Amino acid sequence: MNFNLSEEQQMIMEMVKEYADGVLKPRAREVDESGEMPWDNIRQMAEMDLMGIPIPEEYGGAGLDFTTWAMVGEEISRACTTTGAVFGADMLCIYPIYFFGTEEQKKKYLVPLAKGEVVGAFGLTEPNAGSDAGNVRTRAVDAGDHYLLNGSKVFITNAGEADIYVIIANMDINKGARGLTAFIVEKGTPGFEIGKNEKKMAYSSLPNRELIFTDCKVPKENLLGKEKRGFRVALETLGVGRIGMGIGAVGLAQAALDEALEYSKVRVQFGKPISSFELIQAMLADMATEVDASRLLVLRAAFLKDQGMSYEKEAAMAKLFASETAMRTTTKAVQIHGGYGYTKEYTVERLMREAKLFEIVEGTSEIQRLVIANHLLR
Amino acid sequence: MNIIVCIKQVPDTTDVKINPETNTLVRDGVKSIVNPFDANALEAALQLKEAMGGKVTAITMGPPQAMDILREAIAMGADDAVLLSDRAFAGADTLATAYTLAMGIRKIGDYDLIIGGKQAIDGDTAQVGPGIAEQLGIPQVTYARRMEMDGDMLLVERMLEDGYEVMKTALPVLVTVVKQINEPRYPSLRGLLAAKKKEINVWNAADIGADEKRTGLTGSPTRVVRIFTPQRNTKAVMLEGEPEKTVETLAEVITKLNV
Repeated sequence: MNFNLSEEQQMIMEMVKEYADGVLKPRAREVDESGEMPWDNIRQMAEMDLMGIPIPEEYGGAGLDFTTWAMVGEEISRACTTTGAVFGADMLCIYPIYFFGTEEQKKKYLVPLAKGEVVGAFGLTEPNAGSDAGNVRTRAVDAGDHYLLNGSKVFITNAGEADIYVIIANMDINKGARGLTAFIVEKGTPGFEIGKNEKKMAYSSLPNRELIFTDCKVPKENLLGKEKRGFRVALETLGVGRIGMGIGAVGLAQAALDEALEYSKVRVQFGKPISSFELIQAMLADMATEVDASRLLVLRAAFLKDQGMSYEKEAAMAKLFASETAMRTTTKAVQIHGGYGYTKEYTVERLMREAKLFEIVEGTSEIQRLVIANHLLR
Repeated sequence: MNIIVCIKQVPDTTDVKINPETNTLVRDGVKSIVNPFDANALEAALQLKEAMGGKVTAITMGPPQAMDILREAIAMGADDAVLLSDRAFAGADTLATAYTLAMGIRKIGDYDLIIGGKQAIDGDTAQVGPGIAEQLGIPQVTYARRMEMDGDMLLVERMLEDGYEVMKTALPVLVTVVKQINEPRYPSLRGLLAAKKKEINVWNAADIGADEKRTGLTGSPTRVVRIFTPQRNTKAVMLEGEPEKTVETLAEVITKLNV
């Protein structure tokens, strides 16, 4: 067992930390308040080859692994949570095309995605298919020389800004999950419209929009994987998604801890910095311990994936624990800030609102517990 | 278009300390970085290469650990790098440094443009760039805040104290740049990985055919006698009382100081 970074990873992390602190962090508030996708950050990250880290170089990636991707993701999320979310959601489109795509699909779609020339999105969730992913009602029909898609998706991250979408539709509604089929759909395809952007509790600059398909013609060659085998595409993608959400939560929680630690040293009450009070110290110690445990859980899941080993349970544990840690840590960070923490002057109130997202998306905490229990009771 | 970029490894000035007893820079534990103006020079070279095609070579003179900044230059996009390193180069002043770099550049040969930062943030002399141009017998344009090719001429905007000057020059030429010229890019991951594997040329005095009487301490007519932080003799005077009175006093003080 080895917890050391490789020499390459050390170099990469040094650069990414410098970029995160020097560029992303100073812009974070502006990004959040702008209500717009942080394209400047994404373009810069693309130039630095950060968007396709685990994808082989022949397909435009950096040829590294998911562990490195996760470590980079933590830094991005720590410095700018919104940019971290775009970065994570992008992989939900990149990865299934890499894993299931044909050589032609990889050349056409994976290369620009991995190079970061375009951003992608993954469309699974529907108004009535959230945790119950098998209940997808977007229909796909074989219409001879193409497929015809009808239906709608909701809450799709990066939607509208993304050029390439991996869409899970159903070819046999009676069979539920066994009818699911994955397609690659390009923005601008006739019959494919982008609907309204959700107004959320936080992440106002992160696009989460509806996708509407009305007799949308998808070329035959855009079938991703096999017909009626889309559930596997969804599961594989959600596996990567759990690592991505897990590490996003770790970055966010670390940011809250950093803020709270700094504040506790400068806030003076009863003539002393509040960091000298043991009740504050206990909170800081718990926060640091849980953040570290979350990080190790996520990196282990990523490591298992890189080794080609089963990681479903570990990824579920990582996502569950990291999300709930983010919620607890940000709540304590606000508490340590006291009344000021409740104001918009400080970052921690935003982090607390943002943390809640992680307990809900990409499999709620309840679903993660079910996945873990299923593994235990097999 | 072949561009040579002169870069220097300097201590990160955000944490430079001077040992008050020896009056020398405390280098232990201080991070070394690419001289920030040289990073602007490299960025300018990379942008010209992207526009015109060609090759960018980074060159530095220094101890073996100066290899780090050459790898950083490669990670940012330089094609090649040369380290001039020899005990005979140690202790060089700006004249000997300019001579040594010029000899290295002669060995690289085929160049259209040489770019450097306006000065290094440790020595602050701004003499090495112009010195190289003199040694090579080519024109020089200092303090560039913008440059682009215009036909086969280089169009440069020079930053002056109260405006700027537009110049056109034939190639080859040496240009030094100010930080306003651009925002240096971050290295890319692929650049970083390539830089790690890259074989970097190390040339000593014999390799570049340098006359050792003209390099290092031997070749340096100037000596640093002492480095010190100037004593600041600022005395703050608080003027208190009625505004009419204090304004009067302030006016007197200012008049006396001949401001």
